[in-house]
Amino acid sequence: MNILELKECCMKFGGLTAVSELNVEIGSTDLVGMIGPNGAGKTTVFNMITGIYQPTSGSVVFDRQEINDFRPYEIVAAGIARTFQNIRLFPNLTVFENVQVSLNKSLKHGFSHSILQLKNFHKEEHSVRETIMEILTIFKLEGVKDELATSLPYGDQRRVEIVRAIATKPKLLLLDEPAAGMNPTEKVDLMRLIKSVKEQFNIAILLIEHDMKVVMGICERIFVLDYGVKIAEGTPGQIKNNPKVIEAYLGEVVS
Amino acid sequence: MKTYSSKLYLFVAILTSLLVSFFQDEINPYYFQIIIYIGINIILATSLNLINGFAGQFSLGHAGFMSLGAYTASLVSSTLHASSGNPVDILILPLALLLGGAVAALAGLLVGIPTLRLKGDYLAITTLGFGEIIRVVIQNLNFLGGARGFTGIPKLANFFWVFSVVSIVVFAISNLINSTYGKGFLAVRDDEIAAQAMGINTTKYKVIAFITGAFFAGIAGGLYAHFISYINPQQFSFIKSIEIVVMVIIGGMGSTVGVIIAAIVLTILPEALRGIAEYRMVIYSLMLVVIMISRPQGLFGKSFRLKELVAKFRRPPMSA
Amino acid sequence: MSELLQQIINGISLGSIYALIAIGYTMVYGVLRFINFAHGDVFMIGGFVGYYAAPHIMPLVGGSVILAGPIVLLLAMTVCSILGVTIEKLAYKPLRFRPKLTILITAIGISLFLEFGGQLLFGPDPKSFPTLIPSTTLIDSQNLILTTTPVIVIGTAIILIVLLRFIVQNTKMGTAMRAVSFNQQAASLMGININTVISFTFVLGSSLAAAGGILYGTLYPSINPLMGIFPGLKAFISAVLGGIGNIPGAALGGLIIGMTETFVTGYLSPTYRDAIAFGILILILLFKPSGILGRYEAEKV
Repeated sequence: MNILELKECCMKFGGLTAVSELNVEIGSTDLVGMIGPNGAGKTTVFNMITGIYQPTSGSVVFDRQEINDFRPYEIVAAGIARTFQNIRLFPNLTVFENVQVSLNKSLKHGFSHSILQLKNFHKEEHSVRETIMEILTIFKLEGVKDELATSLPYGDQRRVEIVRAIATKPKLLLLDEPAAGMNPTEKVDLMRLIKSVKEQFNIAILLIEHDMKVVMGICERIFVLDYGVKIAEGTPGQIKNNPKVIEAYLGEVVS
Repeated sequence: MKTYSSKLYLFVAILTSLLVSFFQDEINPYYFQIIIYIGINIILATSLNLINGFAGQFSLGHAGFMSLGAYTASLVSSTLHASSGNPVDILILPLALLLGGAVAALAGLLVGIPTLRLKGDYLAITTLGFGEIIRVVIQNLNFLGGARGFTGIPKLANFFWVFSVVSIVVFAISNLINSTYGKGFLAVRDDEIAAQAMGINTTKYKVIAFITGAFFAGIAGGLYAHFISYINPQQFSFIKSIEIVVMVIIGGMGSTVGVIIAAIVLTILPEALRGIAEYRMVIYSLMLVVIMISRPQGLFGKSFRLKELVAKFRRPPMSA
Repeated sequence: MSELLQQIINGISLGSIYALIAIGYTMVYGVLRFINFAHGDVFMIGGFVGYYAAPHIMPLVGGSVILAGPIVLLLAMTVCSILGVTIEKLAYKPLRFRPKLTILITAIGISLFLEFGGQLLFGPDPKSFPTLIPSTTLIDSQNLILTTTPVIVIGTAIILIVLLRFIVQNTKMGTAMRAVSFNQQAASLMGININTVISFTFVLGSSLAAAGGILYGTLYPSINPLMGIFPGLKAFISAVLGGIGNIPGAALGGLIIGMTETFVTGYLSPTYRDAIAFGILILILLFKPSGILGRYEAEKV
């Protein structure tokens, strides 16, 4: 069963077509990569899926439900979480609190319970804390839980962003250039992390990545975007040898 | 265990307010007035801190909400007090305050929904505008006394009422901010787009911050009116809003303790400078500029948290 | 009909003063992206420079109206330029890379400082502004009374705005200003000295505000240290209405706000005068936040 389907999705900004007639299908436990040169429209696709933009035409179907006009927070509630190309952690919050924000959406108690500390408030707060500690322990971040998230080393910040996304309990995780700015060792760790996330939480992952080692190394399937058009799709092996892809990346082959 | 203690603190604080109020006539009236103003300013500053410091929405309209509460409460109590002499008199003030808060909260909702798409300075100037519109409208309402002001408000507010409300506001806002639910405000402040991407309904949070802040500002207005027994629209001009903002900024946005200290200091300071009254506002404004340039996080910083301070005292630093 | 015409003249006079102040807001916003809250108080200082200078200038030029007026105007513009640049260097420059909120609060602090410093220095009571141009009646018919005052006010404003337009569009400095407001980083990489451009912006903005102060004093011959607050806010609203960062927009916005205010005062109730501009602000921000001539900038994700 497909968890996400983009059907003929277009995104136009004034006269500029950023994405045109894109069709994508992602199965419920797929690990798919999206690649393409700078400005190919990859982040726009993410923004379309996560409700920051509404597709000009076409439809985004998630979990058999059209989510075109869902607001970003409703899309999270439906089960899509994301990370950002330029890390967007909450700078004044600790690692713990950054993750705590993600659990907000599934709280049973609300404003009045929190302000008056009515019955079950403490019980639920306690279970939230346990959940956060559990997740932080899985990702080996329990030691830095009280540090400001933005004071961590770069690689760890990316990790916290992934953890924060996972904490919303998504069915589909979107990673926007997770390896950007990482050194080779961190990249190897990251690949291991992404694989383990997929297996441990049994979710689908769609990632944008420029680092071919990472993409080819972990993705089961890859599709290539150029000028907003999908020019190729297939296994890493097929993509590597696709002349269209090579042309998109290197320009016309000069003999 | 910690969980029950916060309610205990509240109870003790209210009880203390009650006990002190029995002796309030013993206090020098001038000092007493300053103490009451301190209380009212703490309510105003901590409630604005929820909007500005915690939810990150820069509002310059707090005096507007305060005036709505002041006028509504005065209208309620003046109407009810006319037929006074029965034992339910004690309920007049709380009823008036609650209604004042409710009207202010309603205004917070009406102001909040349309303006919260705006950011930073735009929001500041728009809320300032709303505050001024409220003031001008009141000025034109004859049944509220218009520009002449509203007189003869029963003097019902005493130490007990003011400081019970102070305790409740501090209790409520601290609880809110320390809860998982309340972390949503901080997320909205720190990064709106990331907050949405983590499932936070940012608009709802902003509106809730506005409504809650406005509610308490309204109550503060009601207390103020029932303490000085005369109000006029000029008392609630945007200069008053700026005064409250300055308390929040100097206290360190997002630090409840810092903001309370700032509210105390900035209420006393003008009184202390009364001897050089004409220089007072000049010194005050220069101080604001100097603090912004040298210590923009406020005198007490946003990381100034009582918990950490207490922890520091309790646990001597580990030796290496 | 006659009253309508009279109101239109009043509206344009007031509007042209708002336009002069609004241009300063819009230019500073264009270059530095913040609301210079103290701008309205620079306008007030301009008025007071005129108030104190006029009695000294008059005898110097032998009471010649043709000379005295422009000299007082230029003097006020010079003093306020220096003031504007000083404020920028001392208060805003150290905060250039800090959060906008910090700068806004600082600007509010400067604004309060000028207002209360002004009360201390000039005294809090309103002062009657000296007559720079003796008002003579140009038209006195049954339908309309037109004196020289509004004509001079509107005329001066038009000359200054045209001059400014020329500076911004046709000089090297003006081009640099536009470049900085378009993209500060790129401009600085192209070798434009950002600090000079910012100072220049404050010179232009502050001198227009000073001119506004003199014209305001001429039109409503009474000035006081708090007189900058509301014209300042309304001029800011004019700038937003026209599209912040857009100079012709600021002039247009000033005219619209000045007209609306005059009409509300004349036909509805003078007590609503100070609220109407805010009403317009809220409407414009709700329905077209980029303003009449502005362009919309979305946040990049």
